[in-house]
Amino acid sequence: MNGTETSFTPGAGLLGGALIGLASAALLLANGRIAGISGILGHAFGAARGDRGWRLAFLLGLPLGAWLATRVTGDAMGFAITADARVLVAAGLLVGVGTQLGSGCTSGHGVCGIARGSRRSIVATAIFMLGAAITVYVTRHLSGGTP
Amino acid sequence: MRTVVAGLCGIAFGVGLALAGMTNPAKVLAFLDVFGRWDPTLAFVMAGALAVSAAGYRLAWRRPRAWLGDAFGIPTRRDLDGSLLAGAALFGVGWGLVGLCPGPALANLFRVSAEIGIFVAAMLAGVIGYRAFTWMRAQSAPRQLEGAAR
Repeated sequence: MNGTETSFTPGAGLLGGALIGLASAALLLANGRIAGISGILGHAFGAARGDRGWRLAFLLGLPLGAWLATRVTGDAMGFAITADARVLVAAGLLVGVGTQLGSGCTSGHGVCGIARGSRRSIVATAIFMLGAAITVYVTRHLSGGTP
Repeated sequence: MRTVVAGLCGIAFGVGLALAGMTNPAKVLAFLDVFGRWDPTLAFVMAGALAVSAAGYRLAWRRPRAWLGDAFGIPTRRDLDGSLLAGAALFGVGWGLVGLCPGPALANLFRVSAEIGIFVAAMLAGVIGYRAFTWMRAQSAPRQLEGAAR
């Protein structure tokens, strides 16, 4: 079990989550837009000229913000990936296609959608949470060993 | 101004992801591993995010327009179609394989990590491939409407 065990950090989770919620609320109140990462990303391709700049600015802000936070905290939460290249490619393709076909991901459906009580988002979040949990169960507990 | 606000929101979102531990795929997998050494942190991330964003929606519903003058672009669809269900299932499997969803994948681009590079390249290929496919289909069937809810 190399790098797969993590400690329970509810306080940091609540604080980080509240910031994610604050960013989502601010984007909605100021710009009138949903902070769904897959939607912002997907519509950046082929977007009308005036609709592209804010999308790229938001997307560029993500690594900048994460970098700033890890500078301050000393990367307290750590970073570990155990998947090999083939699994990374398969997972990336599934996440890319799945979020476009399903109109959202953890942020768009899981946070923004559920926050406004969207039936589609509640169902989608239940499905991808269950699908992810089953995938982890199969790869960790049925096939023997971590992916 | 809209671009500056979006950039600041992106930064705050990225700080939140990193503080919460969402940028560590091992931590996300530990949340999804209900039958292993379960780490319930992600449930607290969701709770914190939902509490604040739900308050934001309540404020937004009282206003005719956003602060910077745009109309609210809030999805209105309520039907549960096959695309939504199949897409969510595919995304779930991909998320469970590595522990990366789109936000944390992009937020981790600041690291010089081959794993992140490979994952994000494949994810972008999936996004662009899907967009190109639906665009071509729309060209051959001009009246078909694209699912806009996001």
